[in-house]
Amino acid sequence: MPDYKKDFPLLVKEPTIYLDNAATSQKPECVLEAEKGFYVNHNANPLRGFYPLSMEATDIYENARKKVQQFINAKSEREIIFTRNTTESINLVAYSYGLSNIKKGDEIVVSIMEHHSNMLPWQMVARNTGAELKYLECEADGSVSEETIEKVITDKTKLVACGHVSNVLGRVNPIDKIIKRAHDYGAVVVIDAAQSAPHMGIDVSAMDADFLAFSGHKMFGPMGIGVLYGKEKLLNAMPPFLTGGEMIESVTREGAKYAELPHKFEAGTVNAAGAAGLAAAIDFIEKIGFDVMEEREAALTAMAMEGLKAIPHVKILGSENPSEHTGIITFVIDDVHPHDVSAILEADGIDVRAGHHCAQPLLAHLGVRSATRASIMYYNTEEEIKALIDSAATVRKRMGYGE
Amino acid sequence: MENRSFYNEILTEHNMRPDYKHDIENPDYELEGVNPSCGDDIILKLKVDDNGIITDGAFTGDGCAISQASADIMLGIIIGKSKDEALKYGDIFFRMIKGEATEDEIDSLEEASVLRDISHMPARVKAHPGGDVRG
Ligand SMILES: Cc1ncc(COP(=O)(O)O)c(C=O)c1O
Repeated sequence: MPDYKKDFPLLVKEPTIYLDNAATSQKPECVLEAEKGFYVNHNANPLRGFYPLSMEATDIYENARKKVQQFINAKSEREIIFTRNTTESINLVAYSYGLSNIKKGDEIVVSIMEHHSNMLPWQMVARNTGAELKYLECEADGSVSEETIEKVITDKTKLVACGHVSNVLGRVNPIDKIIKRAHDYGAVVVIDAAQSAPHMGIDVSAMDADFLAFSGHKMFGPMGIGVLYGKEKLLNAMPPFLTGGEMIESVTREGAKYAELPHKFEAGTVNAAGAAGLAAAIDFIEKIGFDVMEEREAALTAMAMEGLKAIPHVKILGSENPSEHTGIITFVIDDVHPHDVSAILEADGIDVRAGHHCAQPLLAHLGVRSATRASIMYYNTEEEIKALIDSAATVRKRMGYGE
Repeated sequence: MENRSFYNEILTEHNMRPDYKHDIENPDYELEGVNPSCGDDIILKLKVDDNGIITDGAFTGDGCAISQASADIMLGIIIGKSKDEALKYGDIFFRMIKGEATEDEIDSLEEASVLRDISHMPARVKAHPGGDVRG
C-alpha cells in the first residue's frame, strides 16, 4: 500500500494514531501551502480594490468558488456561498429562508439523526414562527423506511432537514427518496453533507437538493471555510442573513440595494486564504480519487468492525454491514463509560472521540447516553486499526472487570 | 499497563461497587451536576441535621469512573462532618484535581487522594465538575 501519510506533515511528525477524522481531517501540505501562499503572495482585501493585488486576491477567491461549483456539480457559481462552516451555512438558511417562508401551521421535518447543527436552527425557526417540528425517525440500524418518510412528510411540510451521512452511524441516508417526497409536496430540503463531502462525490444537480452544506476542515481543507449550496431561484428571493460591507450595491440614508448572488450572503471581509486552501483540498481529493479513498476506507472499516465485534461486551451502533458506515464506527463497551474507554485508548496513543457527538436526540433514540467513536480516513493503516482493536480488547480488564 | 488496572484499584473498586450509589428520601439538599460533553447527569442528595451535620448522603446517575468514584469517595469523607468541613474538603478536592493543593491537604483527603492523578489529564479535569468540554 502506498504511504498516504507522507502528504500530511502532522501525520509524518506525530506518531499518534488519529482516528477522529469525522471531527476534522488532517491537512495535506498542498492545502497548507495554498493558504500560506495567499498571504505571502496575494494578500489584499478581495472584492474591494481595483489595484492588481486586490484583483489577484479576488481571482483566487472566485476561482475557489468555481472549483467548488464543479466539485458538487452546481449549475452556477452564484449558487455557491462561502461561510465559516456547516453550522453557519445551515443557520443562514434557517434565519434567512426559514424565518421568512415558514408560518404558523406549517411543519418542519428534521431527521432524528441530525447533528445539533442541523437541529437547533430548526427548533429556533419553529419557536419563532409557531410552526410544528416533526422528527423523521430511524431504526436501530440507522435505516429509514419509505413508510416513515411518507408518514412524516405531508402537504403541511414546508421544509425537511436531513443529513446525507450521520456523524454517529455513518450510514448514507435515502436522501433521493426524501427529496422526491418533499418536492411532491412543495417542501424544500436542506442536506447536511458535512460527513459525506469528505468521502464521496456529490452531485447537487442530480440529487436535486434545495440547499446543501459542508465544512472545508472535514475534507482536508482549512478550518474557517465552509460552503452553502442553494438553488439560485431560492437564494435570489431570500433576504440577506448578515448585513454590512461587501454585500451591497449602494447604500443611502434610508437603506441599501443588496449585491447580486453570491455576494449578497457574504457580508464583511471574506476568508480568501481559506477558500484558496479549500480549492487546494478539492484538487488533492481529485488527484487521489474518491474511488481509491473509498476502497481503502471500506477495507479498514470492515477490518475494524470485524475485530471490535469479536470482543465480548463491545457493541457497534448502526448497521451490521461495514459498507454502511462511511468509516464511522461508534461503539459502547458494557459497564465502561465512553470517557474511560477513550482515556484508555488515549493512553495507548489512539485518538478517538467520546461523548454524545452533538447528537443527543439520536443517542437517546438509540437508548445510549454516550459512546466512543473511531472514524477512519484513507490515510489510516491496517496497523493502526489493529492497535485500536487490541487496545479496545483490554478495556474491561483495565477497568477492573473480569473480561 | 496490560494486566494492571488502568486507574488506581481504589478508584475502579469505588466505580464498580460504590457504597453510596442509591436514592434517599426527603433529602435536605439535592444538587444536579450535568457534564455537557457527554450529557451525564449526577444527582447528589444530602441530609443535614439541626446542628449542620451531614447525617446521610447518596448519589444517583451515570458518569465515567472518575466522576462515580469521586462522588462515592467524597460522600464517605463528608458524612458525619459539618457543612463547613464538607465545603473545605470540596475545595481541597477541586484544587487537587487542578494540581494546586499541597501534600498535606491531599493527605487529608485520605482515599480521595488517589484522584490526584487526574490533574495530569487536562481534558478530564475540564470534563469534570464545573468543566466546559463541548460536544
Ligand atoms: C453531520 C455534521 N453536521 C454538522 C457538523 C458541524 O460542522 P462544523 O462544526 O464544521 O460547523 C458536523 C461536525 O461536527 C457533522 O458531523
